[in-house]
Amino acid sequence: MMRNWYDVAIIGGGITGASIARELSRYRLKIVLLEKEVELAFGVSKSNSGIIHPGTQNPPDSLKGKLCVRGNLLTRKIAGELGVDFKEVGELIVIFNEDERPRLLQIKNEAETLGVPGLKIVDRKWLDEHEPNLSREVIAALYAPTAGIISPYRMVYDLAENAVKNGVQIFLGHKVIGITKEAGNLRLNVAVSSGEEPRGRACRQAGSLAGSECTFRSRFVVNAAGLFADEVSALAGVNDFKIRPRKGEEFLLDKKKEHLTNHIIFPLPTKTSKGILVIKTSDGNPMIGPTAQEIDDKNDLSTSDDGLSKVIEGARKMIPTIDGNDIIAYFAGLRPVAGDDFIIRREEKVPGFINVAGIQSPGLTAAPAVALMAVELLKKSGLRLAKKWLFKKHRHPSVHLFADLFSKTRELIKKNPSYGEIVCRCEMVSAKEVRDAIRRGARTLDGIKFRTRAQAGRCHGGFCTIRIIKIMHEELGIPYTEITKRGNGSEVVRGVRE
Amino acid sequence: MENRNNVKERELVVVGGGPAGMAAALSAYENGVRDILLIERDQYLGGILNQCIHPGFGLRYFRENLTGPEYADRFIKKISAVPSIEISLKSYAVNLTAGRYLAYIKPGKMEEVKAKAIIMATGCRERTREMVHIAGTRPAGIYPAGLAQKMINLEGWLPGREVVIVGSGDIGLIMARRFTLEGAKVKAVIEIQKTSRGLIRNVVQCLEDFGIPLYFSHKISRIHGRDRVEKVEVVEVDDSFNEKPQTRFEITCDTVLMSVGLIPENELIELAGVAIDKKTNTPVSAEVNKTSVPGIFVCGNSFKIYDLVDGVTYDSAKAGKMAAEYLKGLK
Repeated sequence: MMRNWYDVAIIGGGITGASIARELSRYRLKIVLLEKEVELAFGVSKSNSGIIHPGTQNPPDSLKGKLCVRGNLLTRKIAGELGVDFKEVGELIVIFNEDERPRLLQIKNEAETLGVPGLKIVDRKWLDEHEPNLSREVIAALYAPTAGIISPYRMVYDLAENAVKNGVQIFLGHKVIGITKEAGNLRLNVAVSSGEEPRGRACRQAGSLAGSECTFRSRFVVNAAGLFADEVSALAGVNDFKIRPRKGEEFLLDKKKEHLTNHIIFPLPTKTSKGILVIKTSDGNPMIGPTAQEIDDKNDLSTSDDGLSKVIEGARKMIPTIDGNDIIAYFAGLRPVAGDDFIIRREEKVPGFINVAGIQSPGLTAAPAVALMAVELLKKSGLRLAKKWLFKKHRHPSVHLFADLFSKTRELIKKNPSYGEIVCRCEMVSAKEVRDAIRRGARTLDGIKFRTRAQAGRCHGGFCTIRIIKIMHEELGIPYTEITKRGNGSEVVRGVRE
Repeated sequence: MENRNNVKERELVVVGGGPAGMAAALSAYENGVRDILLIERDQYLGGILNQCIHPGFGLRYFRENLTGPEYADRFIKKISAVPSIEISLKSYAVNLTAGRYLAYIKPGKMEEVKAKAIIMATGCRERTREMVHIAGTRPAGIYPAGLAQKMINLEGWLPGREVVIVGSGDIGLIMARRFTLEGAKVKAVIEIQKTSRGLIRNVVQCLEDFGIPLYFSHKISRIHGRDRVEKVEVVEVDDSFNEKPQTRFEITCDTVLMSVGLIPENELIELAGVAIDKKTNTPVSAEVNKTSVPGIFVCGNSFKIYDLVDGVTYDSAKAGKMAAEYLKGLK
């Protein structure tokens, strides 16, 4: 078979691209995924809040609403197969006065039309019993039991790892800069920023060097490029939509506050967002936010004093005991907004080209359903789907000491002493977990943080950064001065004494 | 701790092998305790002193001018010569209960002990950029000053070449000199208060002697840079810390060091139910080294933040004595 020739090329290694890659890896196809960043999930997905939405707060005739409800069910199954921790915690949409009640009932009706199960309006008495820290000002809430939480980046990493196990090739640091129609193919011109061949056997044939350009040919191309989906689509000659980044600032609280709430707490949604929430996360730290601000710059991930005060005000309205001193981290993410709904379609103008764009909230929840829809569109466009005789749907789960009982930790350490070598004291992460993360694809300090939680606790890496750099140096065989926070240009050590 | 079959009983367990833990363990021994376990998470004793290679230690306690490692070494020699003090290195305390069950992890093992008395000498952590909330981006190049100190002094790594330091605490001042001696350019120290939080001798010896500007009543209002720090915005503040926008200026740099205070590490005793002051993160206590739970003592920087290590040694020795007296009282 020709080098760099594929049945399907997926552009973008976030939750959408990774979900599509894994779904397609069930079939006898040659598949490649191209990601411009040095690691997967480094775009929109890394700032996702990790909520698996039940399907509420979506118009009943919307594509995103339908895919969300379906995705909520599918996520549980996939998380189980991959060994990703999913918790069904439920959510409450709260109201503060009777004037808000009709809107709450409307949300309930719309969600029921979409097929969201188990919804009920709960009163003050129920709230006292089930959500004791909730503001006394709240008079009632819509309870949606099927809301859940998951780690968004671990979901991406584990989907991708499983896809690779099933034959998908992934190239990191590969940015698509040109798309041309050829007879029976689309040709992708790719600029390479990472010389490494990042994902083992599957990647060896590329052999492209940093700074060079290379070409991929594929019968079908799926554009899942997140914030840059409009630009990638324009490369193919389809430029009838624009991605407008909508910035959200989020603030993480100390893990000590893990039990601040029992549910994810929402106010009534506004026109542009679901409002400022109090979120439970699968790592334990409660999160408050996000803001919603239309911006122009797709690279602007700065946070602001204004964002902080808005978020604290909004969160305290629902949970008054929240204290600014409990904030241990903050960040901003950009929602890739293209109008009100997702854009998932075949492009008649460019046969073989599928757009999966504008995947804003609830994109993480919807991802498995989005993937099925994309596969369906590929089939309609002429892709032959023949199932493999063996699809390896399971994945050996990653071990996280912080998530385990002490009795289990004891056994792990007995089996493998390096689980007893603690690297990150705030989150209890061992050297073994850091090494595993690197062996499973982490190449940067952020990549290790997202996979293991080392550096994500209250001391913010003050203690463990040096230890992690040393492990990376050993495992990757690169000098200290080449170790980065998140890819080229973010080196952490500027010089080493000879 | 679901399984208590493997629990060993000990008279006294000291958590932390820095100056506080060593002084406490030695004093407990001198006051008659004969079964002492000291656990230390690092591969050697001495704690934060190991990275403090500058002089100024021991002026009170030893009436000598020592470096941090020299000060530590005197206690390490002493404690290593006492057979009744068992030292367990690379050991991380992970759980503590009010009943003084302590679990700790070390390579190859998870151990549990039931101690009749416990002294926590767990030190402190640095406040971070996240805790003082500086707006802007989150690139590489923002370090707590103590982390930068460890990188330079223990690892031989230079974290940056053009440095702005936030806060004039002692670690920040000492690192201004340290970076300068390593050939980096320290462009400014930015202090939001009207006076330095550090010792006067450090302001003189670490900044003035090197011509490093110190801006009082100023703050960094924004950090710029996508991958690595590129510049910071600095602005003067009034008496209520409000920004005076017309005073805003920029400094180009690749590194921001944070020296904005220390937080006592008391998460383990907090989980055990010891009363903690939310503002200072220290045990609620009327008397030095005591906590709301009998038999659990806290000393050194985890009890309160000390300016000088000499004070830590004096007070931690008291903690050892208090634990010894508590143990005698049980008999």
